[in-house]
Amino acid sequence: MSDYTPNEMMSVTAARALSGNDVCFVGIGLPSEAANLARLTHAPDLTLIYESGTLGTQPKVLPLSIGDGELCETALTTVPVPEMFRYWLQGGRVTVGFLGAAQLDCFGNINTTVIGDYDAPKVRLPGGGGAPEIAISCGEIFIVMRQSKRSLVERLDFVTSLGHGMGGNDRAERFGVTTKGPSRLITDLCVMEPDPETKAFTVTSLHPGVTREQVIENTGWEALFADEMPETPAPLAKELKALRALKKRTEKAHG
Amino acid sequence: MAEFSTLEEAVAACVRDGDALAMEGFTHLIPHAAAHEVMRQGRTGLTLIRMTPDIIYDQMIGMGCASRVVFSWGGNPGVGSLHRLRDAIEQSWPNPIGVEEHSHAAMANAYDAGAAGLPCAVFRGYRGAELVRVNPNIKAVVCPFSGEELAAVPAINADVAVVHAQKASKKGDILFEGIVGVQKEAVLGAKRSIITVEEIVDDFADSGPNAVILPHWTIGHIVHVPGGAHPSYAHGYYDRDNAFYKEWDAIAKDRDGFRAWMEEHVMQGSAEDFARHRPKRTKRKRR
Repeated sequence: MSDYTPNEMMSVTAARALSGNDVCFVGIGLPSEAANLARLTHAPDLTLIYESGTLGTQPKVLPLSIGDGELCETALTTVPVPEMFRYWLQGGRVTVGFLGAAQLDCFGNINTTVIGDYDAPKVRLPGGGGAPEIAISCGEIFIVMRQSKRSLVERLDFVTSLGHGMGGNDRAERFGVTTKGPSRLITDLCVMEPDPETKAFTVTSLHPGVTREQVIENTGWEALFADEMPETPAPLAKELKALRALKKRTEKAHG
Repeated sequence: MAEFSTLEEAVAACVRDGDALAMEGFTHLIPHAAAHEVMRQGRTGLTLIRMTPDIIYDQMIGMGCASRVVFSWGGNPGVGSLHRLRDAIEQSWPNPIGVEEHSHAAMANAYDAGAAGLPCAVFRGYRGAELVRVNPNIKAVVCPFSGEELAAVPAINADVAVVHAQKASKKGDILFEGIVGVQKEAVLGAKRSIITVEEIVDDFADSGPNAVILPHWTIGHIVHVPGGAHPSYAHGYYDRDNAFYKEWDAIAKDRDGFRAWMEEHVMQGSAEDFARHRPKRTKRKRR
């Protein structure tokens, strides 16, 4: 019996993907949790940007929305939203975009728009928000999400944001996008990285206690595994302490 | 030219059935009190433009005010779905609703173009994104200098922009602080405007030289509505009511429950009801 949950394992691993030199465009939810944990542990100099216009923000509690007052009050500066998307994101000043997804395919294309047909959806999801341009304008993209056959799918119902398209060099050749695209997927079971040639997500480390069978059972495409399969390093006590304190402060703040 | 009036007068003068409305505020300064008045006056057939429909448009859509919605992210932030927006799109309740869906970058650029008097916005976006297939208002243009293909969307020029701000001066100038979103662009791009404010002051002598100010000669109606952004917030006055955003999920889930709540809290309410959401002390302490 481990003394941390799969969700904590996921957030700590996602946080470790960021370094103090990164300028990170942060999605709400799991990405925001991971990015702030990184800032509170090994990467205090990490620059966090939220699409509400807050640059270099250092929230003490996790924001419920992308535009909570906490983000503005603790930011270096707050710019208008058109400037955020034009100068800062489109201008190529962001090293990492950190996104979540409702549905993801093996090439890192993301759906957060609809389940079913667009014109007669079974489920209308919130939509793309900033993601379509975050996906193409940031230096690279990290994705954090819980994995299941419903979320990691063979075929997306709708492509909200571009990953590696149909794989290989499709991203650059068909769409003229020169940024790196999805380079890491962190789930509650494992870490996946794109195969250098095909760009299909390949498991590169399994979280402690997780088996290949578990990953296969919770992946909607045929799961691929790297030749060498190290174990993802378990969370350190200080990381767990910081994460739990952050979540406790957040819960208290939002009532 | 700025005119001070009551909320009833401002909405009656500016908002007509079938208008395109941009009630903006990026999470912050969302003009809820003004939206309540639009619903009380029974406006219908509106095109509702907003980057994030949020609770404000969930309410208006559920009350049958809208025939079309233009948006880029339609959820309850950090909570889940906007149930009334979903019910309208998925089940045509209370009426069918047209959808024009964009990305945030597209709408922010489109507001900017609207304020700048340009017919369209050009930006590097939508590459590999399927919205291009389903939204005929997303086109491509080729840069005449570099040959790069770029995305183009029409400028946003609403019939009426409705926003909430911290302060109006007695002369009718408007001051915004904090997350300023696309409010300035929405107002400058619109034919008519209603600005609700937390307070009316003599002047902005204590603001910095680069404060975000809309001069009185760019403004239509100004209405003093303390607390008028609740459950959104007004930086320096009151916090976002995150607990209410969570409660809204249950209120809006069910059609009858939603209508009953709206009847009690909105249709029988008034602009003065919002004042109770604002603490007596005007300066909140920083955490």
